[in-house]
Amino acid sequence: MSPVALDRRAFLRVTALAGGGLMIAAYLDPADLLGQGRGGGQPAAPLTPDAFIKIAPDGVVTIMAKNPEIGQGVKTMLPMLIAEELDVDWKDVRVEQADLDSTKYSGQSAGGSNATPSNWEPMRRVGAMARATLVAAAAQTWSVPAADLTTGSGQVRHAASNRTIGYGQLGPAAAKLTPPDPSAVRLKDPKEFKIIGQPIANVDNPAIVTGRPLYGIDFSMPGMLFAVYQRCPVHGGKPVSANLDAIKAMPGIRHALLLQGAPSGAPYGGVAIVADNWWLAENARKQLQVTWDEGPGAAQSSEGFLARAKELAAQPAQRPLRSDGDVDAALKAAAKTVEAEYAYPFLNHAPLEPPNCTALFKDGKLEMWAGTQTPQGGRGQAARTVGIPDTDVTIHLPRMGGGFGRRLQNDYVVEAALIAKEIPGTPVQLRWSREDDMHFGTYRPAGFHFLKGGVDASGQIVAWRDLFVSFGSGNSFASSASIGATEFPARYIANFTLEASTMPLTVPTGALRAPGSNAIAFVMQSFIDELAHAAGRDPVQVRLDLLNATPIEAAGGGRGGGRGGGGGGGGLDAERMRGVLELVAEKSGWGKRQLPKGTGMGVAFHFSHRGHFAEVAEVTVDANKRVRVTRVWIAGDVGRQIINPLNAEHQAESSIIEGLSHLMALEITIAKGRVVQNNFGEYPFVRMRQVPPEIQIHWRLTDNNPTGLGEPVLPPILPAVANAIFAATGVRVRSLPLSKHGFSWV
Amino acid sequence: MLVTLNVNGKSTTVDVPPDMPLLWVLRDVLNLRGTKYGCGVGQCGSCTVHMRGRAVRSCQIPIQKVGDAEVKTIEGLSPDGSHPLQRVWVELDVPECGYCQAGQIMSAAALLTLNPQPTDSDIDSTMSANLCRCGTYPRIRQAIHRAAKVMASAGGGHSEEQEAS
Repeated sequence: MSPVALDRRAFLRVTALAGGGLMIAAYLDPADLLGQGRGGGQPAAPLTPDAFIKIAPDGVVTIMAKNPEIGQGVKTMLPMLIAEELDVDWKDVRVEQADLDSTKYSGQSAGGSNATPSNWEPMRRVGAMARATLVAAAAQTWSVPAADLTTGSGQVRHAASNRTIGYGQLGPAAAKLTPPDPSAVRLKDPKEFKIIGQPIANVDNPAIVTGRPLYGIDFSMPGMLFAVYQRCPVHGGKPVSANLDAIKAMPGIRHALLLQGAPSGAPYGGVAIVADNWWLAENARKQLQVTWDEGPGAAQSSEGFLARAKELAAQPAQRPLRSDGDVDAALKAAAKTVEAEYAYPFLNHAPLEPPNCTALFKDGKLEMWAGTQTPQGGRGQAARTVGIPDTDVTIHLPRMGGGFGRRLQNDYVVEAALIAKEIPGTPVQLRWSREDDMHFGTYRPAGFHFLKGGVDASGQIVAWRDLFVSFGSGNSFASSASIGATEFPARYIANFTLEASTMPLTVPTGALRAPGSNAIAFVMQSFIDELAHAAGRDPVQVRLDLLNATPIEAAGGGRGGGRGGGGGGGGLDAERMRGVLELVAEKSGWGKRQLPKGTGMGVAFHFSHRGHFAEVAEVTVDANKRVRVTRVWIAGDVGRQIINPLNAEHQAESSIIEGLSHLMALEITIAKGRVVQNNFGEYPFVRMRQVPPEIQIHWRLTDNNPTGLGEPVLPPILPAVANAIFAATGVRVRSLPLSKHGFSWV
Repeated sequence: MLVTLNVNGKSTTVDVPPDMPLLWVLRDVLNLRGTKYGCGVGQCGSCTVHMRGRAVRSCQIPIQKVGDAEVKTIEGLSPDGSHPLQRVWVELDVPECGYCQAGQIMSAAALLTLNPQPTDSDIDSTMSANLCRCGTYPRIRQAIHRAAKVMASAGGGHSEEQEAS
């Protein structure tokens, strides 16, 4: 049948396959179904006959996984949603990774913990539409009313006549039907779920544990060469000249190219060395001599940023972001005030698979194997780099060895395109070394908060002033360096000001797992703790009192509600947050347990990426400031349904462990415009022996649509542990990482 | 330089520079891509393979030092993914991104050969050499304990003969 418009932008088409079986192409715009709109029109390109779902005559169902997989589990989760409503058994499902194809799959990205909220309904509707079509086909085949038919395990059943037919047999009949209206199909009652809510393992596990090639760095094809790319060690610098002839004369080196960067995207000039294998290219780099124009970035340093931040704090703020009540008067009238300077450093993502990309520029077209969280953006940048239309770029999406936000940026994809353009007809795999990854990150920006708060005689927080010193220019913040005017405790304290001043930065910054929140939660939840202790009150009760206040209107600009609810406190729901805070207090025995000397408990909560999370940490600290996190309790509210409880727990544990790395020892320092750290020895992530022996996760199910879990668990763990260290030792840590203050892991 | 290697029970001759690390010979010359590059300086353990039955960081071993030593990579741990560690790794859904897991499994396999019933502390001290950026450590620890039990109940552990393909 020809594609039928079901509504403005939704299509479904069933095609019978010669020899049996069928395929189902579907196009559903998630933005449309979420009621967010996208501004009219039907898909620009006609539907291709390729399938979203294939059903073989033997009942094996192949479902395309549309989004890039970085370890967040989406390659398993999105097909679960389709399979549930299609009403097939998970054991019969095979999952294949889709290439980039915006026409077929609409949005394909990994970021913002968005896959769950964006796809929860659309993917189920794809499955339900397909099921309804198959039921209609069986009804026609048997000349019975569709209402008399049921489905299960990939079959349609007519109970009255005791007949069943496998989905795979219904291709010819289904192909003749007009598919149902997507908004009219019935979705299952959650009580009927057989796949959603079940612990389902990562579909790539068998390939992972046997070492089968899955990742971009594993890709190979005949005739492929390997490249390294040396950028200017000072961010923003440009190459002037290099000893290219000497490099080209080395064994196994095919090309040495001085490149002036791309016309769009990340315009980083540098020198590419292309060789028969990667090690030869990497080795040749040791002999590479480049004269750089380092540019203004060479004057920047972490030390300079701190000094400048203190200068800016002594001056009137450049930008007001929010002002409620009268902070000056409230501070003056307060029974107690606390003043504090908080700071956090730059961080690098350092996914374990370093950035890499394979590119082949042939006959005016570009084909790429690119581990990227934003393939649509990468395609556009690569197309502009080589000067061809987007439609002449093909992007395959290998599994990624971690993302954490680093692969939201396509700079290495652009570099691969730049190199491929110079050697048309030859496939080339650009691989970054770990040192490249450390030196040329898109870092979580450092930041500084100058705070003053006050409590009244009854111990309520009545005044809060925050001067945030960050990076940017004019009226814009550097990427991920902003703060929302509704970030908690904004709206919940009657006298409140938030102001910002910025300084220029040449080092590139970007989103790192729970961007903004991963730093802001540490500051806000630590300072709330300081005020609670100043008032001599219980830290949980002080927080509950804040959440019980009637919130002030959510006015103000900043980054609140940005990234689809990611970051920003604008979407914080006080009732949901009280719920998880009370739950975590109960589960952890908060205030009810006698703790030995040197042991303490700390609490914190944070809203980000649509998730409400409260966490308690229990730590021991010895006389040498050696820290052990002994137990962690997490209470989380991500809606009414945990789609895959196995992966949900794993994402939560993973977030806690990453947060502990941020807290204790990770720091990127800039000196003379260069990143100082080279490798993991100077950038020490948590290892197995440092992991808390017990991490408990408690879900509070509330009647809200399910939301994502890649990010929101992370932010509260930093202040929860910092607050626990204060409870154990009386030492308040106001700048990260802890290792700068003499703390270490046991 | 011509080097004859013994990788996963097969004898293979390659022509590579004498200082080329075993990691890159495995990956880019022999096309065994299961062994991963993470740091190149022996700090992350992603490139762990067995040499003469011991876990080594293949990024730190120049090919001229390998000689005819028996080298085993993740591809050679079992013919079909049936090593107890591979099976429990799937059962417990250990991987997240999965990139470090071949190195984790090879380290764990060497540990269980030397110490068939390791304690938490034995596991922590060996496995802390392997970085998992995703933080799958709690499940790695649990999987090693479970594999140890499986191997013990299979009678005296998983022998090298069973492992060889």
